[in-house]
Amino acid sequence: MTRRRIALAVAVLLLALFPLTGSAFYTELVTKVMILAIFALSLDLLVGYTGLVSFGHAAYYGVGAYVLGLMAPKYEAANLWLTLPVAIAVAGIAALAVGAFVVRVKGIYFIMVTLAFAQMFYFVFHDTAFGRGSDGISMNFKPTAAIGAFVPFDLANATHVYYFVFVLLALVFVFLRLLLRSTFGRALQGIRSNEHRMRSLGFPVYLYKLASFGIAGALAGLAGYLYALQFGFVNPELLSWHQSGNVLLMLILGGQGSLIGAVVGAFAFVAMEEIYSAVTTHWQLLLGATIIALVIFLPGGLASVAQRFQRKLIGGPPNE
Amino acid sequence: MDFYSFLIQLLNSVQYGLLLFLVASGLTLIFGIMGIINLAHGSFYMIGAYMAFSLSTLSGSLLVAIVLGVVLSMALGVFLEWALFSRLYKRDHLEQVLLTYGLILVFEELRSLIVGNDVHGVNVPAIFNWSIPLTETLSYPVYRLFMSGVCIVLAVLLWLLIAKTRLGMMIRAGASNREMVASLGLNINLVYRLVFALGVALAAFAGMIAAPVSSVYPGMGTSVLIICFVVVVIGGIGSVWGALVAALLIGLADTFGKVLIPQAAGVTVYLLMAAILLWRPEGLFRRGI
Amino acid sequence: MSDALFTTQGLTRRFGGLTAVNDVAIALHRERLHAVLGPNGAGKTTLINLLSGDLPASSGRIFYKGGDISRLPPDRRSRLGIGRSYQKTNIFPAFSAFENCRLAAQSRAPRVFAIVSDALAQVPVCDAARRALDAAGLSARADMIASALSHGEQRQLEIAMVLATAPDVLLLDEPLAGMGAEEAQLMIELLRKLKTEHAILLVEHDMDAVFAVADTITVMVNGQVLESGPPAQIRASAAVRSAYLGDEAPG
Repeated sequence: MTRRRIALAVAVLLLALFPLTGSAFYTELVTKVMILAIFALSLDLLVGYTGLVSFGHAAYYGVGAYVLGLMAPKYEAANLWLTLPVAIAVAGIAALAVGAFVVRVKGIYFIMVTLAFAQMFYFVFHDTAFGRGSDGISMNFKPTAAIGAFVPFDLANATHVYYFVFVLLALVFVFLRLLLRSTFGRALQGIRSNEHRMRSLGFPVYLYKLASFGIAGALAGLAGYLYALQFGFVNPELLSWHQSGNVLLMLILGGQGSLIGAVVGAFAFVAMEEIYSAVTTHWQLLLGATIIALVIFLPGGLASVAQRFQRKLIGGPPNE
Repeated sequence: MDFYSFLIQLLNSVQYGLLLFLVASGLTLIFGIMGIINLAHGSFYMIGAYMAFSLSTLSGSLLVAIVLGVVLSMALGVFLEWALFSRLYKRDHLEQVLLTYGLILVFEELRSLIVGNDVHGVNVPAIFNWSIPLTETLSYPVYRLFMSGVCIVLAVLLWLLIAKTRLGMMIRAGASNREMVASLGLNINLVYRLVFALGVALAAFAGMIAAPVSSVYPGMGTSVLIICFVVVVIGGIGSVWGALVAALLIGLADTFGKVLIPQAAGVTVYLLMAAILLWRPEGLFRRGI
Repeated sequence: MSDALFTTQGLTRRFGGLTAVNDVAIALHRERLHAVLGPNGAGKTTLINLLSGDLPASSGRIFYKGGDISRLPPDRRSRLGIGRSYQKTNIFPAFSAFENCRLAAQSRAPRVFAIVSDALAQVPVCDAARRALDAAGLSARADMIASALSHGEQRQLEIAMVLATAPDVLLLDEPLAGMGAEEAQLMIELLRKLKTEHAILLVEHDMDAVFAVADTITVMVNGQVLESGPPAQIRASAAVRSAYLGDEAPG
């Protein structure tokens, strides 16, 4: 247990000190990874802890991003403190709206309907005037963090953005940790373990699942907002099922059912993407083959590799 | 809308619905018998269409291409079941979803490498390349009637398979259970391989006959897959009859939706799905016919 | 005799052409144990499923504390005070025995909005869980992972979980299933103790256990009530004996 705490502390420290390396490219890349880590964590709540495999989570990621895109005025900067809560709220509400339908069904149906609803959202942004169509929305200015005359940090500065995202990632991680230890979080895990018995014991399972879906959607919206903030540009591909598939992949890469696994999965995914796209333009072929190989040979994800490695080093089963 | 325009839209709805049914029946069969959700099912449709294009260009005849294509797709199905899908039977949904998602990526990129990303047209075979006149200005293409006809024939054959054979009995019982299949005196590995190959062939065949009408383009696998999911959700998983009813409903909703409310575009289908989910979350027909 | 707490009228369940439970009337009273006996296929588990809400009835009504609960889903019935244990062990295998009971007890004090405070800090719920484990004789095993418990201990955990929900009515589906003689004896003692505080419906195969603790016995055959009455009446009944003739020895 202490060994893992130390490893975690070292990782956090490395992340915190990373921008000091001075490379603008890598600072932006790691920022992107941290944003995806928030996205993956949000899905982990749903998949890894509530047992709901959603193949449409990108919808709420995209909604969060589009809130900024649509709220951003043409000739001045949007206000961070106004737009960020709105993005989280709208994404959460969208998730609750879809969840109300979707959480009624289980298993394979659930996977299919979450995909179908995400596709519906995709159509709305891609084909209608509401989302400005397939070209997406470009923002002329980064949001400002000004509160009156006081400007705590500058979101046009990549290093400031890095630390802003870093702090949010830490907050989301801690929030989820606490949530999972609470009565609500334990009920979710009970549902994942044996939904039938939970119902038999008197838990209104539908409401718990719906709440989990909503919270996961809201956090995905946060990640989407940060994406829009970093890149200054949103387009419907943010809601595509490739995006939904990729975030699921991050979970399996990192090993399900562990918050750290979600973060590790995000890093592993981006690393894979960078390496493969440097090798060939047809990098998705390599990605697809890797996914297939992973599922067949390494269903526990990288976490299971780590566990086996740990077992060889110190012997005995790893503790909780 | 006058009578003949209405008739044309109705015929289009039915043709689209029947085509969807063909693809969706493959998906629901594979899930019903083997318990596997296959996201790459749409890719088989796409592969069928691209095969129709390449083989008809090579051989000069779409019909020859279709025959060859069906054989090739069954072989592909057997190979895939042996190499990959046989490993998925005991795995959970997430793993099945991910593996088949990876498969989509592989298929898309291979297609891109082998045939490129261009949109292609496929010529309607000469015998069907005429139209039945309805009024002075409107007529209906015979090829589309041929498509509907073929789908109906296949639907009937499927019905015979399901209602009159032991394999069909198993489908109706909704058995995705290896022991139950074995106890019916069937060689389980062979059954699974054949069913999978049949599912692949159905999807590919649908892609092949659709090619002259819808053209052959990269995103076609994805679009058909998602609509197929909607068909299966509405119709009820494992139910071939449900897939037929749902596919026709969707054909009607989509075609008339696009004509009557063009801004709503593809959303009508999802609204239909949402409504059915409220009323009957398990689909219109539960497991089995 | 106390008033009936839980009664059914004409309870029937059909599956297509098969009538699994036919026109059954049962009454449960506080501090009384009502056992249901019958050969395999008699409809006993279906009956319990109807009473717990796991299965909706085709027709008939169920009353609890004067109210009609026939249409309520299982979670509502549980919250009203109807607890049910399963014949096929239905626990949370990856959690400890304590956590299994704690979750069960939590259902009475869900505190849904306390999303950042630690569940283990909630003393009343944890105490209720420990008391339930104690009552079922599992205190020594509280921290073991449920899947690592022996079969008999898992059956005890089944009961402990239901007890942790502080129900008024207990619907127990073959709690002695698969138990050895010693464990069965402990379970019978537990049932005697539980009788003093609950209204119990016991579905069982083990004749000795049933005759040791039941106040009323209902015998079901092919979904219907063959006979119902005090143990002495059932023991003497010719109809019951012939229904069981040819059956393998129960237990």
